[in-house]
Amino acid sequence: MSLALDKPRQPRRPAARRSNGELYSWLFMRLSGLLLVVLVLGHLFIMNILDGGVHRINFGFVAGRWASPFWQFWDLAMLWLAQIHGGNGVRTVINDYARKDSTRFWLKMLLYVSMVLIVSLGTFVIFTFDPNISN
Amino acid sequence: MTATAETTTGSRGSQPPVPDGAVTVTVKIRRFNPEFDDEPRWDSFDIPALPSDRVLNLLHYIKWYVDGTLTFRRSCAHGICGSDAMRINGVNRLACKVLLKDLLEKGGKQTTITIEPIKGLPVNKDLLVDMEPFFEAFRAVKPYLVTYGNEPTRERIQSVADRERFDDTTKCILCACCTTSCPVYWTEGSYFGPAAIVNAHRFIFDSRDEGAEERLDILNDIDGVWRCRTTFNCTDACPRGIQVTKAIQEVKRALLFKRV
Repeated sequence: MSLALDKPRQPRRPAARRSNGELYSWLFMRLSGLLLVVLVLGHLFIMNILDGGVHRINFGFVAGRWASPFWQFWDLAMLWLAQIHGGNGVRTVINDYARKDSTRFWLKMLLYVSMVLIVSLGTFVIFTFDPNISN
Repeated sequence: MTATAETTTGSRGSQPPVPDGAVTVTVKIRRFNPEFDDEPRWDSFDIPALPSDRVLNLLHYIKWYVDGTLTFRRSCAHGICGSDAMRINGVNRLACKVLLKDLLEKGGKQTTITIEPIKGLPVNKDLLVDMEPFFEAFRAVKPYLVTYGNEPTRERIQSVADRERFDDTTKCILCACCTTSCPVYWTEGSYFGPAAIVNAHRFIFDSRDEGAEERLDILNDIDGVWRCRTTFNCTDACPRGIQVTKAIQEVKRALLFKRV
């Protein structure tokens, strides 16, 4: 009849951990959200509206952009912020809705692994991109 | 009269005469008797009631004249003690503060009122829930004056402006309407819940109190204020009109800027 929780309303709660982790994660969500508005809207504008939009995007276009450290940094910042912002959001959703400690643990592990994979793969590509790969 | 668990008559005998102007409403109650039921069930009662009646009057009518086994809490019956919090038509309200005329269907259609126990706390029987987890979270935030050093020889004086800062949160009657309307509290076993944070706020922002830092440390925890999703369910549910979400945000701000 009721939810199956591992520790449903446990009578004793652990002492406060005196860590600011949750505070920083809350603050990061607000600040990264603000930055992402600029980064993502700018990205969408450049990719989809400016100079004929999405039809001009090809290998050469990407190669040209990533020749500049500015666009490398833009894409890198967008990748990291979006991934950590989204991942942190999903982490809170898992914390709120997972009913068992084991479910919570494994869902979070899956989340962290996918975050690390995507962030490192994206970073690797941005920094090691070879415009002469076809030769 | 001997009362038995299976009795289907009320605890006060035969029904009183139906007053003029009464309408028949259907009261649908989510019931659970741990001695007989494996699962909660729905019971419906068609009873006469006046538009000026409160929902609590309907429950009294059922318990006194129809089914004496119906179980619920109530004490003062005037919105002060906070005993009769329940989920009425899907929202948390005090049964003694909701008038039937506000629930009646327009155009003379049959009115059905749904009553459930408040969510997120273990149900003992019918509308009676175990409030201990709620009070445990309340006690965990040290809801009492904390001071250090010698007792002053005179009264602890406070300015009107200082009193005003926590005036809103002094109104709490611990009915649990807010905490049990919070989606995070429903699903997360150890979140403090709005009521505990409101009562921490009452002392954190009290100029006479010296325990603000301890309480802020407690609420900075993983189960503290950062779990709040600002859904405003708590503010909507509060029968005393406390701006609960605003109080939670003020505690967040105090933590963020390390300033009370």
